[in-house]
Amino acid sequence: MNDFRRMRATAAIVGAAESDELGRLPHKSALALHMEAAANALADAGLAKSDVDAVFCSGRTMANEIPEYLGIRPRFIGGTQIGGCSFLAHVEHAMAAIHAGLCEVALITHGESGHSRVGMPAGRWGDDSPTFQFELPYGTMGPATGYGLMARRHMHRFGTTSEQMAEVAVATRKWASLNPKAMHRDPITVADVLASKVISWPFHLLDCCLVTDGGGAVVVTSAERARDLAKAPVYLLGTGECASHQMPSQMPSFEQWDAAIESGRRAFAMAGLGPADIDVAELYDAFTIVPMLALEALGFCAPGESGAFVSGQRTAPGGDFPMNTNGGGLSYTHTGMYGIFTIIEAVRQLRGECGERQVAGARTALCHGTGGQWSAAATLILANGF
Amino acid sequence: MAEHEYKGPIPKPTPETLPFWEGTRRGKLLLQFCRSCRQHYFYPRPLCRHCLSRDVEWVEASGRGRLHTYVISMRPGRSAPLPPPYIVAIVELDEGPRLMSNLVGVEPDPERLPCDMPVEVVFEAISDEITLPRFRPVPA
Repeated sequence: MNDFRRMRATAAIVGAAESDELGRLPHKSALALHMEAAANALADAGLAKSDVDAVFCSGRTMANEIPEYLGIRPRFIGGTQIGGCSFLAHVEHAMAAIHAGLCEVALITHGESGHSRVGMPAGRWGDDSPTFQFELPYGTMGPATGYGLMARRHMHRFGTTSEQMAEVAVATRKWASLNPKAMHRDPITVADVLASKVISWPFHLLDCCLVTDGGGAVVVTSAERARDLAKAPVYLLGTGECASHQMPSQMPSFEQWDAAIESGRRAFAMAGLGPADIDVAELYDAFTIVPMLALEALGFCAPGESGAFVSGQRTAPGGDFPMNTNGGGLSYTHTGMYGIFTIIEAVRQLRGECGERQVAGARTALCHGTGGQWSAAATLILANGF
Repeated sequence: MAEHEYKGPIPKPTPETLPFWEGTRRGKLLLQFCRSCRQHYFYPRPLCRHCLSRDVEWVEASGRGRLHTYVISMRPGRSAPLPPPYIVAIVELDEGPRLMSNLVGVEPDPERLPCDMPVEVVFEAISDEITLPRFRPVPA
């Protein structure tokens, strides 16, 4: 059997971009947002549509819909749908397909009208599905319930506090204030978070991500081809993914994020690196607790210690752990499947394109996403050299 | 029947889950037990979710367990099953499996709701066919 670690640095991200606009866009459909992001990412890479031979997308009905809309006839297509981290998994799948010689230039696109709901697929669960039978009748509110259940148990088990969770929202807003594309840029305090309306205790409104419209796309190709393109390659050093459940009631644990432990272990093993080697972290923040549990699962701190880890604004600009430097799903944008935006920001940090929010000398970045409700996880370790 | 008029989702059983819903209608909480690997499991499936054995049987659960974790939902959804604030709870049954439910018969105040507090099942009909298993604190 091949050792998965042999794929280290065989592929690179060569293009990354958002749609023309992010935010509240009732004048654009989800497919239009896909298309804008795809065109912008290809332009960023200096590639033409005709160079693309693989398309990856997620979250719609059939995966053929996106290449048709873009006018592309791929010979490799990926439609993995594991929630908001799907795009990080797509990067791993693209790398593997490129390594196997099945394709050379992979376009990964996302477009979602999460706020305005223009051109969005119909609802997900039939009334005889397990989710409808065994969860929805109890008034589960989707992510605000599933993520909150882990937060409450973590508070019980480890003494994690609402104040510690609020530290994440405050630090992330500081990063957003440095990003012209961020939706919310005014500073907030821990007291503001705790005074905001309770949505699903233990979550206050400011513990919750935004709901926006937007798109994002990245282009992956072989390391060899990457060297001849418009911008410096961002190499894929490590990737990992894992899915542990679908319904929150079926989570293996409510005290740790099992899928993320596995995805992180795989990614670090492929990269041959450890947490101390990472210069900047982009961790999907659907709620403040999510990056905290990622910090534990990925080994940046010990189990139960994420509350202490994020205290004192450690993850804010000027802190010693730059995290969610675009302003995150909490303050920059969150279309519903935010994972693509962790990759876009990591690529920009490693190219030195981030202006005021640039992490000086960043050479390595870690992107990590959640899918469903702690249901799946995917991790990427990126570098601008190797 | 709950005093609150239920406007939430009403599930439709499949052949595999029908015995569970017939059980709750008769006031019994049924689980599946695998005679091969000697473990209970929930939700209902035709083969054991641990070992894929077909040698599985329906058994009546004790109806007792612990409040593993919960959230207090404040937002009145279009189809909220209870008036907010209401408690969405994960109950860990004495037999082992966990399930999603509501905790009822108690103030939704985190100070009075420690994780792992003992709970017991109560049955609340939401339609002629469907009765939900909800849980309440075990009286002291």
